[in-house]
Amino acid sequence: MGHLLEVKDLEVKFALRMGDLTAINGVSFTLDRGERLGLVGESGAGKSVTGFAIINLISKPGYISGGTVIFDGRDLTGLTGEGMRHIRGNLISMIFQDPMMTLNPVLTIGTQMVETLQAHMNISRKAAEKIALEKLRMVQIPSPEKRLQQYPHEFSGGMRQRIVVAIALLADPALIIADEPTTALDVTIQAEIMELLLELCESEGTGLILITHDLAVVSQVTQKIAVMYAGKVVEAGLTEDIIDNPLHPYTQGLIKALPDGRNPGTRLNQIPGVMPSLIDIPPGCSFHPRCTIRGDICRYESPVLREIPGYRNMAACHMLGLKKEPTEKDRAE
Amino acid sequence: MFAFAVRRITQAIIVMLVIGLLGFSIKQKIGDPVRDIVGVSVSVAERDALREKLGLNDPFLTQYVRFIKNAVHGDLGMSFFFKRPTLEVILSKAPATLELVFASSLIIILLSIPLGIYTAINPRNLPSRIIMGGSIVGVSIPVFLTAIILIYIFAVELHWLPSYGRGETVNIWGWESGFLTLDGLRHLLLPSIALSSIMLPLFIRLIRSEMMETLETEYVKFAWAKGLSRWRIWFLHAFKNTLLPVITVGGVQLGILIAYTILTETVFQWQGMGFMFLEAVERSDTSLLVAYIIVVGALFVVVNTIVDIIYGLVNPTVRITGRK
Amino acid sequence: MKQWERFKNSYFLHSFKHDWVAIVCFVVLLILILLSILAPVIAPHNPYDTASTDIMNAEMPPSWMEDGNPDFVLGTDIQGRDLLSTMLYGLRLSVMIGCGAVALQAIIGIFIGMISGYMGGKVDAFLMRIADVQLSFSTLMVAIMISAIFQVAFGVGRYEQLAVPLLVLIIGLAEWPQYARTVRASVLGERNKEYVEAARVIGLSPARIRWRHILPNTMSPVLVISTIQVANAVMSEAALSFLGLGMPITKPSLGSLINSGFEYIFSGSWWITLFPGILLVVFVLVINLLGDWLRDVLNPKLYKG
Repeated sequence: MGHLLEVKDLEVKFALRMGDLTAINGVSFTLDRGERLGLVGESGAGKSVTGFAIINLISKPGYISGGTVIFDGRDLTGLTGEGMRHIRGNLISMIFQDPMMTLNPVLTIGTQMVETLQAHMNISRKAAEKIALEKLRMVQIPSPEKRLQQYPHEFSGGMRQRIVVAIALLADPALIIADEPTTALDVTIQAEIMELLLELCESEGTGLILITHDLAVVSQVTQKIAVMYAGKVVEAGLTEDIIDNPLHPYTQGLIKALPDGRNPGTRLNQIPGVMPSLIDIPPGCSFHPRCTIRGDICRYESPVLREIPGYRNMAACHMLGLKKEPTEKDRAE
Repeated sequence: MFAFAVRRITQAIIVMLVIGLLGFSIKQKIGDPVRDIVGVSVSVAERDALREKLGLNDPFLTQYVRFIKNAVHGDLGMSFFFKRPTLEVILSKAPATLELVFASSLIIILLSIPLGIYTAINPRNLPSRIIMGGSIVGVSIPVFLTAIILIYIFAVELHWLPSYGRGETVNIWGWESGFLTLDGLRHLLLPSIALSSIMLPLFIRLIRSEMMETLETEYVKFAWAKGLSRWRIWFLHAFKNTLLPVITVGGVQLGILIAYTILTETVFQWQGMGFMFLEAVERSDTSLLVAYIIVVGALFVVVNTIVDIIYGLVNPTVRITGRK
Repeated sequence: MKQWERFKNSYFLHSFKHDWVAIVCFVVLLILILLSILAPVIAPHNPYDTASTDIMNAEMPPSWMEDGNPDFVLGTDIQGRDLLSTMLYGLRLSVMIGCGAVALQAIIGIFIGMISGYMGGKVDAFLMRIADVQLSFSTLMVAIMISAIFQVAFGVGRYEQLAVPLLVLIIGLAEWPQYARTVRASVLGERNKEYVEAARVIGLSPARIRWRHILPNTMSPVLVISTIQVANAVMSEAALSFLGLGMPITKPSLGSLINSGFEYIFSGSWWITLFPGILLVVFVLVINLLGDWLRDVLNPKLYKG
């Protein structure tokens, strides 16, 4: 049996008045059943667009301009209307960033849960409510029977995100895409929700794509990581490899920027410069203006994601695996 | 919810008192109740006696309080021209106006909702562009001109429909209705189209812009991600949220139709309150004029209050704050 | 000179040049305004000169029709006046009253909006409640009411003499809440911005902050509604005149012309109604289209992508 999900050379463009803007450019990764993948990067790197592109839900004027998304042996990019509808919320669910905005303010929680089930299976309201109650219990909502009749504004942010998780779980999907599911929440609640999500994915055997800018969270939840920069995957591999042994200079920068528990009080390292906006992505490797190990080739040729001899990670960098030349950084040290 | 309703009703009463004050001041300044009752051919002494008897020499406030008391009891004074209580005159004309407003509202609601939703869902296609272009032309044509054009085409040139009056009406419990006879409906058609012509474009644009805003929200995107059918997303998730602002603005706008009935009724010589009002102005029938202002004012206030309360019922957030 | 350069490179001008609807509307509006200003010069006849009109010429059809007279291109009205000239003079009156009324409502509305937005609290609640109530009654209704009261109070003859200033006053009084609400909303938006804070910190007087710092920043929404308000004022004036509560037939505006023509439409004299009607609709339509365009350009909210 093949992968649960295989994204290959995915490309998304936004049709603007001044011409097309490439938001993600040749993104590839795979995910097996029950596996958890972290999509990591700064905001604007194209993580969310990738997540939405998988279920073909990019808001206009964006569109998928190339590549394939093979889910369970079927190419989702070729599906239209009814076929795609059958996938969304049924086989692949999504969890959005801000639970305050995700639930429809004028419909009760019950309605919003039941309709999801009824959209995918021939089921009575009673039976659907039973499943909804079961899922609400799973996400630890107290007295769920009463809660079904209530409107979203009667819940706190953390509670609402639990409900969103419950909705995502309703149809027992094979894959959940969670787009920054805890960013909009209080710090104390973030950990709770993350733990809940991890627990449920493990117990239900659900695959998870966790989109986040937070490497620390990813390192605790996922087995694999893909690091994105300016619309491309720059490094991919197993979580422990990437955390312990990052290859791409951008990933290295990200990891150095994490607060270090062992040496409290030291200054955090920052990657100099900012990620380019989509309008003026530099030629060649888009990271080269901020890179400490760049060579001449980086200025005009875009690197591809490849295996680096001697390592398990894949990285998109010209300078890796070459015979070690003294770099600017080495000299500085 | 109850506290909310009470607050809105209190406000409505205050507004009515202010309208009453305005109406009363107008009567004081330019009206002459003595003339309204006895006409002009009575001696000065007799008039003065009558003035005293009517309490017209009392302080302003006393007279105002009396005026409000009478108004609450349905006494808004005598019409100089009709020689009947003004309220009676107005109420006898009200069914014509209300039926006209009702028919127009029906046209507006039935057309604007599908057209508004359609243009919001397909903002760029050709039919939408035509609808939107037509709507801006529509708001630029005055009601009376639309009415005249309709009369010219359908009555003068084609002879399909009558050009004035209400036609045959049926009296049910004192309400003269044109809804029940074919002739009445034929007479109603052109005026109600003319009256709806000004508001229909506004409604289409209102529904469209609110709907487009709702379609961009996260919860609609989430509804797509849940795999719901497009009909459910458009008509339940998006439209139900569009409804709130549309009810608030729309309810008020339908009230505003009353203002435009004055124009429509004039063109079609429709024997309603607006037609009567203009005649009252021409005849300097101050009492009737003031009574019209008060009755129409009350109508507006009632419509607005009901709209606000309905809004409270539909919107769960208002309901909960009201409960506290 | 520098400001001209800045204007030449602005987004405003750029989007204007790329929108043919806006260009056409602007040109048409310019022509109509020129026509109205120059009416006494270019009109072939003087409709106010009763000596030169002949009742025998009444209801003459346009010149290209049978019985048309080349002297009267668009025909004559019921009093035998040249319709084209009467329309030009009528447009002139409509534009004058419209602009005057908008100026008046802008003054009242901006003043009340500024006070309301800057004072806040009870003053704000009170003023906005008045504005809300008045708006809920519809500006047209309020205008009709005020003009009806004025007409009864002054008597028809005196009212007709004073019609122009009275109409400016009536429409101005009826429509100020639009301005007040717009200005208040943007004052509330501006009040807490850093530059106002900074002005307060360096000790500028509240009045100076209000009029020199906040007011200029509320101008772009005011500009947008001003265009629409001119159209509304012209429509209101036409409606009042049509009802016989506006310009008298001796000095007709477009609305009173349409009204006078309406009575003769059954006898087939359609032109007395149709031509002034078209002129009115074109005038209002181009202003509305320009207003729409202006709102799109000046409202950055729509350009979030």
